[in-house]
Amino acid sequence: MSILVIAEHDNASLKSATLHTVTAAAQLAAKAGGEVHVLVAGLNARAAADAAAKIAGVSKVLLAEDAAYEHGLAEPLSLLVTGLAASYTGVFFPATTYGKNVSPRVAALLDVAQLSDITAVISADSFQRPIYAGNAIATVQSKDAIKIATVRGTAFDSAAAEGGSATIENVTTGGNPGKSAFVSQQLSKSERPELTAARIIVSGGRGMGSGENFTLIEAVADKLGAAVGASRAAVDAGFVPNDYQVGQTGKIVAPELYVAVGISGAIQHLAGMKDSKVIVAINKDEEAPIFQVADYGLVADLFQALPELAAELSK
Amino acid sequence: MKALVAVKRVVDYNVKIRVKADNSGVETTNVKFSMNPFDEIAVEEAVRLKEAGKLSEIVVVSIGPAQAQETIRTALAMGGDRGILVQSDEEVQPLAVAKALKALVDKEQPSLVILGKQAIDDDSNQTGQMLAALLGWPQGTFASKVVLDGGKLEVTREVDAGSETVSLDLPAVVTTDLRLNEPRYASLPNIMKAKKKPIETVSPADLGIDVSPRLVTLKVEEPSKRSAGVKVGSVAELVEKLKNEAKVI
Repeated sequence: MSILVIAEHDNASLKSATLHTVTAAAQLAAKAGGEVHVLVAGLNARAAADAAAKIAGVSKVLLAEDAAYEHGLAEPLSLLVTGLAASYTGVFFPATTYGKNVSPRVAALLDVAQLSDITAVISADSFQRPIYAGNAIATVQSKDAIKIATVRGTAFDSAAAEGGSATIENVTTGGNPGKSAFVSQQLSKSERPELTAARIIVSGGRGMGSGENFTLIEAVADKLGAAVGASRAAVDAGFVPNDYQVGQTGKIVAPELYVAVGISGAIQHLAGMKDSKVIVAINKDEEAPIFQVADYGLVADLFQALPELAAELSK
Repeated sequence: MKALVAVKRVVDYNVKIRVKADNSGVETTNVKFSMNPFDEIAVEEAVRLKEAGKLSEIVVVSIGPAQAQETIRTALAMGGDRGILVQSDEEVQPLAVAKALKALVDKEQPSLVILGKQAIDDDSNQTGQMLAALLGWPQGTFASKVVLDGGKLEVTREVDAGSETVSLDLPAVVTTDLRLNEPRYASLPNIMKAKKKPIETVSPADLGIDVSPRLVTLKVEEPSKRSAGVKVGSVAELVEKLKNEAKVI
């Protein structure tokens, strides 16, 4: 019996979260036995399936193509996965908005309890996951025959995108209940790296004062090839869109370098970034809690420090 | 058109969580509890739809201990019409909550169920999707905008890459994200009025469901702590350290 990873992709290529999920699945397969298979469900998604077949450690790719899967609608996708799940001991989704939307539907249809946001595979049936915004870590045992989990990408290394040579098998589709339809998407356009895949992130908080002032953050980010993030306070204040949000209710990130500017360090923000390798905090309030987790703290007015930093990085 | 709104009683947002010394869970005695913040947004959205004439009745449901009555009462003060408490003193996990809600939906026949996208205690983010699956209904999760027009529901959803809009047939399940609305504070007259609104109490057995946990919590621990590093004196020193000490740029 094997582990099935549900790939997140845009039909042409895989999202990086898929590679992290494969690593978690490989860890479970090592403990529970079996192979790692990947499901690519989409439309004209052969290229994504080819990419999945090259991932090191993947033995088989299942390709399901149907117009119903083009935009990842949960209703048809969950029927497809539920139909396939019976022959697996585990079904792993990335813990992204895509995976979180579909996975519980599959679990409910199979009458299985889901493990959300797992951060470690302890044994064939036990996993670690954060609760209370990461302020406590629970070790949880599943009694169900199929382990259904969403996988926190930052907790598992990326599987090698090259080196595998899995077979690709077409699978029959699972039907479409037809009660939901995709209307449109409004994607944030940015030349910068994606938050969850970036090596360096520069984030701004309420201290930025306005959306216009984020140009100061962007100038530094561009010097570093970094992604731009924000705290919930900055999003709530309307400075930047919600998809910039790092934290318990936004994105969970763990880059090599995280620069927090004008961010006080509320628990809910720390929950999203405290696993970063190196943390820098720039804040004029030297008592700000962000300094308690920062490797390098600079007590300074960000309106002076950010232009100085951009200039220093140009040297 | 009737809506059912689910609310959960959780440890208050501002409470600093402490793990119990025996690693069996987190400390919940003498701790302030309140309504899960995402559920407040769910209640607010239902009340706004009712104020706009799109809904005729709002039924507020909670699954939990007797004290969850207070959480229901808060939702009734915000504008809910009546409450149902599924009383259970044990931990009720998302799949069992979804089953309890399904039983109530079968009985109440609402056209819309609104829930918070996740509870801030177990951070599961499962119940709405599970309920939709058990009912065979479509879902609009992580909603930042909900437009109810005739027999269709248009939901704009927060997704990792931006936002997306889906069109759903009714009946449907919606789970709320932060930007959907800003919940109101209940006024004193409305708090007084809410005291007279009916709350029915049922047991999981009355609904014919088994709430025994399917996931066993083996232990709960403190996360590994990050220790504070050093303060640097200038931007130049910061860049020097990042280049030569941390070697990240």
